[in-house]
Amino acid sequence: MPQSFDILVIGGGPAGIAAAIRAAESGANTGIVDDNAALGGQIWRRARTESVAEPAAEWHQRLQTTNVSVLCGTRVFDQPEPGLLLAERHNDILQLAYQKLVLATGARERFLPFPGWTLPNVMGAGGLQAMVKAGLPIRDKRVIVAGTGPLLLAVAAYLRSHGAEIPIICEQASWGKLARFGLTLLADRQKTTQARQLKRDLAGVPFAANAWPVAAHGHTAVQSLTIMRNGRSEEIACDYVASGFHLVPNTELAALLGCQIRGGFVHVDHLQRTSLPNVFCAGEPTSIGGLELSLIEGEIAGLAASDRVPEAQRLVADRKKWARFARRLDRTFSLRNELRGLASPDTIVCRCEDVPHSRLREHGSWRAAKLHTRCGMGPCQGRICGPATEFLFRWSPDSVRPPVFPVRVSSLSAERTGQPEHTKHEEANR
Amino acid sequence: MANATYDVVIVGAGIVGAACANEFARRDMRVAVVDREVVGSGATGAGMGHIVVMDDSEAQFALTRYSQKLWQVLRNELSADVEYDQCGTIWVAADEEEMGEVTRKHDFYGDRGVATEILDAKRLKQSEPNLRDGLQGGLFVPEDAVLYPPCAARFLMHRAEQHGAKVILGASVSTLGQRRVLLSDGLQLTADIIVNAAGAWSAELTPGIDVKKRKGHLVITDRYPGFLRHQLVELGYLKSAHSVATDSVAFNVQPRRTGQILIGSSRQFGAEHKEADQAMIVRMLQRAQEYMPCVGQLSAIRMWTGFRAATPDKLPLIGPWPGDKSVFLATGHEGLGITTSLATARILVDQITGTKPEIPIEPYLPSRASKEHAHV
Repeated sequence: MPQSFDILVIGGGPAGIAAAIRAAESGANTGIVDDNAALGGQIWRRARTESVAEPAAEWHQRLQTTNVSVLCGTRVFDQPEPGLLLAERHNDILQLAYQKLVLATGARERFLPFPGWTLPNVMGAGGLQAMVKAGLPIRDKRVIVAGTGPLLLAVAAYLRSHGAEIPIICEQASWGKLARFGLTLLADRQKTTQARQLKRDLAGVPFAANAWPVAAHGHTAVQSLTIMRNGRSEEIACDYVASGFHLVPNTELAALLGCQIRGGFVHVDHLQRTSLPNVFCAGEPTSIGGLELSLIEGEIAGLAASDRVPEAQRLVADRKKWARFARRLDRTFSLRNELRGLASPDTIVCRCEDVPHSRLREHGSWRAAKLHTRCGMGPCQGRICGPATEFLFRWSPDSVRPPVFPVRVSSLSAERTGQPEHTKHEEANR
Repeated sequence: MANATYDVVIVGAGIVGAACANEFARRDMRVAVVDREVVGSGATGAGMGHIVVMDDSEAQFALTRYSQKLWQVLRNELSADVEYDQCGTIWVAADEEEMGEVTRKHDFYGDRGVATEILDAKRLKQSEPNLRDGLQGGLFVPEDAVLYPPCAARFLMHRAEQHGAKVILGASVSTLGQRRVLLSDGLQLTADIIVNAAGAWSAELTPGIDVKKRKGHLVITDRYPGFLRHQLVELGYLKSAHSVATDSVAFNVQPRRTGQILIGSSRQFGAEHKEADQAMIVRMLQRAQEYMPCVGQLSAIRMWTGFRAATPDKLPLIGPWPGDKSVFLATGHEGLGITTSLATARILVDQITGTKPEIPIEPYLPSRASKEHAHV
């Protein structure tokens, strides 16, 4: 029997939490689904020992006072018919029926292949942070943080606060771009405060712009990283490399549903409405704009989905401000051309299927590369190598097919039974 | 690119088109291959990829066996990414009736020089421990093999290119015939011989040929090395999938060199949309779990569909098309295109060069279809 919701939110990060709260306030039967064990998303993920930091605490508290059904450990993998999603949860398969849907599926790190990037202990910046939160001991470990984007600084500060030594932070963006970005931050007090805090947390940590990883070295695990810095290469010893090249939006579910995707992002209007009726989208899938934009978009989506358009419209001006910040992020941390040349012929690009750069170079399209090398055909379904090859070869991604995540064969073959519960409910009301 | 003249223009860069290109090109004919997508992107890329002998009819056996032998000759030259693996097929018998079919098949193959082995219930279970208990037995066909079809097509196409063939990809054909192939961008290719190897789409290019789209679904799992050792096909297949009229599913699983398991199969007429049909997926996977219950616990990473080119008598169309002297057909291979591609190319080139074919070709001639229509 399907579980049925007036408003269903997919994704339990800031955008999803904000959407669910605003939707539920109006009395709508609201649910929020997330594939992690707890809500919070990547940014509000916390270790068991940590207390919830502001502003996450405030939002978590608000969520608890509203009547939202929380479904964690639940991963949506298909929409067999409009208004009905299928999800896996532990050993169960769930049918989730909705009247309105808010997609808040967040973003993931972008990885770019360089020689040695597949060595053990070379990780995504956010990935390493998540592992430390899950208990990986990092005290006195030397961690080089390299790549691009504001996440690098946040991760470096976090790791340092947990006892890691950060020999250097390498940011591929130029000083010029960073300076312009920094100046624009001064206009906003909140961001300025955050930046000051980061500066204190990272006092004494060398920061290099115009710098990027060139090759990781080691036998059983990484032992050093060669970086390019101001046109010169240097090798630095380390125990870990935390490397990420900004974020790419998780648009797979939106694409599966048939939402219009423009320039890689889910296209929405000022009320977060996608091209599909009754489907809204908020947060990073619409643009990479950070926490504040995600929260506002989530609120707008939750309000609009519960038919409180005037209230939603009052937030639109604020959204515009943070959308400008998103565009600045995009400009500042756009990838430099040199990064296209990092991989050597034998550098693995698709980790799932062990496909090296040399085999991909022969192909003219993502479709041909997939067919003839199996690039992107492994368990990650191209989530890692897709954005990489999009940048390296300028290939455009394929259409999305179900299942959007790997699922048990038995889940794919589970028969759907029964009518959604709300149908009965409506009948009883008549 | 300008208009050009060739000896042969092949429409379709699937495995059949690639095999034909190689066969013509190595005889020093000037060959061009045209495809709207990339090499091996149609049924070739969507299918399972088996090299199997089949006994639905004498003609089907002759073609599959001839082609299997051609693959065995080519085997040592194939590039590693073709992943040719002679894992053998086991036809699985669920009941006494199907065990009778095992004996019949064993005799049929034996009479024609194909060694097979009858497995009792115990031997079957030893061969494939993940099959459920209570099955009756099976027939092991050791020479059957599996491969990765897109790379097999690409291998053949590379060979053709080494012999001078020109491969034109991403180009749609708007019309073919009368010694001309017209592309939708206006380019015209001229040749005395035009080969329609467009598979499920061949009837759109040569109206009047009786080739219909027969949709199939497949699911592939994550890597589970050792979970499955042979290609397995249920003998209920004979009762279900071969019936031409209705939608059907059958238990058919295949181990990939990677350790992945391909799970099939389904057959549908009249379903022309590319999206997976939920009901067919459910039926197909439930059928697989009836035979191999623990398949249900494996992680499925993708599912997709494809279109087989089906003919009414389940035999391909290989040879001159009576409606146009310049048009030759190499299509209608349904689920056996990978197996029979090499033989198809040989037979076609034999006909054109006046060489005596190694097997009787009459059952595959396109002219047979018009004769049958006269009866109907």
